[in-house]
Amino acid sequence: MTWLTDLLAQLGARTLTVTRGWGHAAIFFFDLLRALPASLRRFGLVITQIHAIGNRSLLIILASGLAVGFVLALQMYYALVTYGAAESLGLIVNLSLVRELGPVVTALLFAGRAGTSLTAEIGLMKAGEQIAAMELMAIDPRVRVLAPRFIGGIVSLPLLTILFSAVGILGAWVVAVGLIGIDAGNFWSIQQNGVDVWRDVGNGVVKSVVFGVICTAVALYQGYETEATPEGVAYATTRTVVTSSLAVLGMDFVLTALMFSAPR
Amino acid sequence: MAKRSIETLVGLFVLLGLAALVFVALKAANLASFSGGDSYALTARFDNIGGLKARAPVRSAGVVVGRVTSIAFDPKTFQGVVTMDVQRANLFPKDSSAKILTAGLLGDQYVGLEAGGEIDNLAPGATIKLTQSAVVLENLIGQFLFNKAADAGTGAEPAKKP
Repeated sequence: MTWLTDLLAQLGARTLTVTRGWGHAAIFFFDLLRALPASLRRFGLVITQIHAIGNRSLLIILASGLAVGFVLALQMYYALVTYGAAESLGLIVNLSLVRELGPVVTALLFAGRAGTSLTAEIGLMKAGEQIAAMELMAIDPRVRVLAPRFIGGIVSLPLLTILFSAVGILGAWVVAVGLIGIDAGNFWSIQQNGVDVWRDVGNGVVKSVVFGVICTAVALYQGYETEATPEGVAYATTRTVVTSSLAVLGMDFVLTALMFSAPR
Repeated sequence: MAKRSIETLVGLFVLLGLAALVFVALKAANLASFSGGDSYALTARFDNIGGLKARAPVRSAGVVVGRVTSIAFDPKTFQGVVTMDVQRANLFPKDSSAKILTAGLLGDQYVGLEAGGEIDNLAPGATIKLTQSAVVLENLIGQFLFNKAADAGTGAEPAKKP
């Protein structure tokens, strides 16, 4: 009978660990939110972080957006021209970018480009005992280190997302009007008829804000709670990418179901 | 000095993002065209609304004068109740009629308003009395086949007689 009790004990221990992990993350998140107002008073720190998170990610985001716009336009053209609907090329690229691809792909790139660097930076700060030193000097590391990065991430990701979408639409314009020869007037007017500012663009922006919160919070949590060893930092960095990617994809499904399921 | 240049770069980044938002909103979405504004509500009851959807355009003489705001089902009369917002500047006579029309052969459906001849105009919130339902393709085909069969029936009879 001991194997049965052992099994039960293991199951219980595992459940407790998982539950405690969730609770720990939730408390971390609320502490982070509480630290936000204090960090807003030192806005210079936030500016520096927006530069590190946003400006430095600009190149990869713009390049990816352009490439996605090019490829989407080319691929959609082959399907649409069969039905004589090549004129709606811009509309399809626009809607898929603004509603789905823009927020999701930008968030995934963001997790890889900015999330990892946040985790590694804070993990190394912890490994170098800089965080402990701050606590000794009665400086709250959440206010000084975490909150400015959190705000920086939440500000940067929506801006990067809308840039991604805009550049993607411009890329589609280059392919559709320049390469394929679709009429430029039709290209824009069909989009203006089919894309709603609040319903499509607005919801895309809401999505990107949510993804900004998710990606940055996950990256900061993984960095702050990392084991203070080189392997620990490496492991935490990997986990940042995996966790935030999965969270973004899952959350995207929920948000899409909430936003776009109502009949138009 | 380095601090100043970082602030400039961040400002540039934020401005770039806002410019992208303005570009998407104005050039690639419908903010520039009809967006709410000063409007009044009209309702119309249809026996069949076909594929009409909320936010579909309301046109008169082919020009967009408003948008469909909501579509509901009236369980008492078993009709579809279409509510629309029409621009304040465009008032229509009381005996105007509403039709559900299709843009092109297979395009989206919209509400067509045809002005009547009365002097009084429809007040905000009024109901349009004269309506014409959407043309349902299946009914049309069914009618066509029925007529065809009726023609064939009358045509076949003389051949059988001798």
